[in-house]
Amino acid sequence: MDKDWEKLGQEGLAFFGRMSASISHEIKNALAVINENAGLVEDLALLAERGATLDPERLKRAAAAVQKQIRRGDGIIKNMNAFAHSVDEPVRQVNLDETAALMVALSQRFAARLMVRLETGPPSGVCVTVNPFLLENCIHLCLAFALESAGAQKALTVSVSGTDQGADIVFSGIAEPCGDFPTEMAERVAGAIDARLVFDKTKETLTIALPRKPAG
Amino acid sequence: MAEKVLLVDDETDFLEALSQRMEARGMNVSTSSNAAEALKKVQEEGFDAIVLDLQMPGMDGIEALKMIKKENPEIQIILLTGHATVEKGIEAMKLGAMDFVEKPSDIETLTEKIKKAQAKKIVLVEKRTEEKLKDILGNKGW
Repeated sequence: MDKDWEKLGQEGLAFFGRMSASISHEIKNALAVINENAGLVEDLALLAERGATLDPERLKRAAAAVQKQIRRGDGIIKNMNAFAHSVDEPVRQVNLDETAALMVALSQRFAARLMVRLETGPPSGVCVTVNPFLLENCIHLCLAFALESAGAQKALTVSVSGTDQGADIVFSGIAEPCGDFPTEMAERVAGAIDARLVFDKTKETLTIALPRKPAG
Repeated sequence: MAEKVLLVDDETDFLEALSQRMEARGMNVSTSSNAAEALKKVQEEGFDAIVLDLQMPGMDGIEALKMIKKENPEIQIILLTGHATVEKGIEAMKLGAMDFVEKPSDIETLTEKIKKAQAKKIVLVEKRTEEKLKDILGNKGW
């Protein structure tokens, strides 16, 4: 597969857009909970001014809900920041556990919509030299297929392991494949980082086989 | 008469706080954290308005909107969303949603829309009753 940079650029922008839309939706959900709890505290204060008894337990619950959403928002923004910085350098050494964990975290909303439990495997400590953004794009395309193909078991694991050539990122739990994979675009994105995509229907796995460093 | 409202959202902290605020404004509020449970509640009891989150695990708001409107065309549905795209808004309106509110929402705006929804539902129910009466009178030849 040729490295058609125009098509890779279009796909990259579309990927960036999908992730940004999902992140902004998550932030808005967190803000909505904060907004309603702040409003509730205001309502309770107004009622107290008119002589109603203020329930300290209700105030504590509202404060706890706000703190929980602030932690959630902070987590979302940290992930967004890590994702945004993945375009800083065209090629660098990447800790694959961290990249897998980031993509799993950023994809939780898609997984929740499909009611699939999405998690990472045990840490591997494996690092490779790669274009971080293209790797994330490749993982995203694989995850989109894998999530739609999780079948009745509704559980998907993304694991990293070292190989002689470099590393494997394995998506396990593809019980009911939804159509053909890899698509032309997935092949193109994988090709741009010198990776191979191997879909094993028997093992119900999809693997991104990565070299230790780019060819050439 | 108190507006009977069903709030549907998978964010339980959001449901708890918003339902209390709506109750403090004189509404009779029920909640569901998923669309399937909401559909069951709609079958079991009548509502003036349903405030429905657009994106939920499993069945999303658009699917739920279609199913509710098919069985209960007079119920008014206000869609709630974290990201209101024009396309989604148009799709929802075409499917019969009364309005679209973006999160985080203003309680007074939402309350106003719910009051309008109740008024609209009353008009629709009265119209349907009138049509039924006309039909009965016409068939009996009185």
